[in-house]
Amino acid sequence: MNNFKVMMNGITKENPTFVLLLGMCPTLGTTSSAINGMGMGLATMFVLICSNVVISAIKNLIPDMVRIPSFIVVIASFVTLLQMVMQAYVPALYATLGLFIPLIVVNCIVLGRAEAFAAKNGPIPSLFDGLGMGLGFTMALTLLGAVREFLGTGKIFTLSILPGEYGMLLFVLAPGAFIALGYLIALINRLKTN
Amino acid sequence: MKKLESSLKNMLLVLTGVTIISVALLAFVNELTKGPIEKANAKALSDAVSMVVPGFDNDPIADKKMQAVNGVEYAIYPATKQGKYIGAAVESTSMGFGGELKVLVGFDAEGNILDYSLLAHAETPGLGSKAADWFKEGHKGSIKGLNPGKAPLVVTKDGGQVDAITASTITSRAFLNAVNAAYAAFIGGASADATSGATRKKNVEHTDSTAVAADSVSVK
Repeated sequence: MNNFKVMMNGITKENPTFVLLLGMCPTLGTTSSAINGMGMGLATMFVLICSNVVISAIKNLIPDMVRIPSFIVVIASFVTLLQMVMQAYVPALYATLGLFIPLIVVNCIVLGRAEAFAAKNGPIPSLFDGLGMGLGFTMALTLLGAVREFLGTGKIFTLSILPGEYGMLLFVLAPGAFIALGYLIALINRLKTN
Repeated sequence: MKKLESSLKNMLLVLTGVTIISVALLAFVNELTKGPIEKANAKALSDAVSMVVPGFDNDPIADKKMQAVNGVEYAIYPATKQGKYIGAAVESTSMGFGGELKVLVGFDAEGNILDYSLLAHAETPGLGSKAADWFKEGHKGSIKGLNPGKAPLVVTKDGGQVDAITASTITSRAFLNAVNAAYAAFIGGASADATSGATRKKNVEHTDSTAVAADSVSVK
């Protein structure tokens, strides 16, 4: 499998959100608007790429029985790093996303890819896997966020499309997240079978 | 290279090694970002202060003083122009819907509200988070020019004068409580607890009939 295929795999055939149904907690929690979803996706992508590359580079140095704690330490280090750097140099972005950053540590996509891909492949394919999975996750979250924001407030990326009075509040709240995600997955499955 | 065997020695060495490297790296980055983070936080505060009480020529942050009201400490940033007192920015917190709601409220020398800034909150995005703009000048629930000393700020639903954020009455109440508390700190804690339920209730009874009348008018 070449690198491009590895990357596309993460976006389409093995999309972490719509196909593998991994990382549902941040997916449902952070997609109340398109911009929040995109920010969470991009932050996760950064951590995913870094941790994939590092883990595939050191995989032979890590005995099998302690691989999970070692991976978690690597992932958590990158997340903390990202948090500190964002807080220092992009405080505006940190103000909106700060809440979600520590959540990346427990996002099972990151550990899942470390286990399923990075621990078995070299650093270069792992980089593309992280990039593909990250992009797939970002797209899914942005799409879900846009759908919820539109149905809930009549806006997309805070651009007004319909007057706010037509918004169905439910979609901004937790139940709307489940409903919107369910219908999006159904729609994607329908498109795939055709 | 062959994979390392899972012997006790190897496992101990690897886990210790991984944590040592990660601790060293994080400690290094922490040192590196400490200064910029402090600077960014200080800048955010000074930006907020100059937004809510414009036109001062002193350094309100350096003149910061603490004022206790009912056992709670509030930070007050007094603003002066050519030595004359023109108002102050008061930092105040209250419990919102999702957690602590931290606001900076600017008052002029008479205690009228100039502006405010939401410093930190954990309200529902898209609902309670609207509090960042909702109560500003030109928006629906504008509190500019109101004076909590004449009547504590209360949402219309409770018989008050301020329009609550749609579907976020709890956030709106919390926000107004924070503003009332800030006012109490501003005038030096002389007035009793402006946020107490008793004050609010009296207000409700007092204005209930007008609120109902206004409602029935708007229905027609």
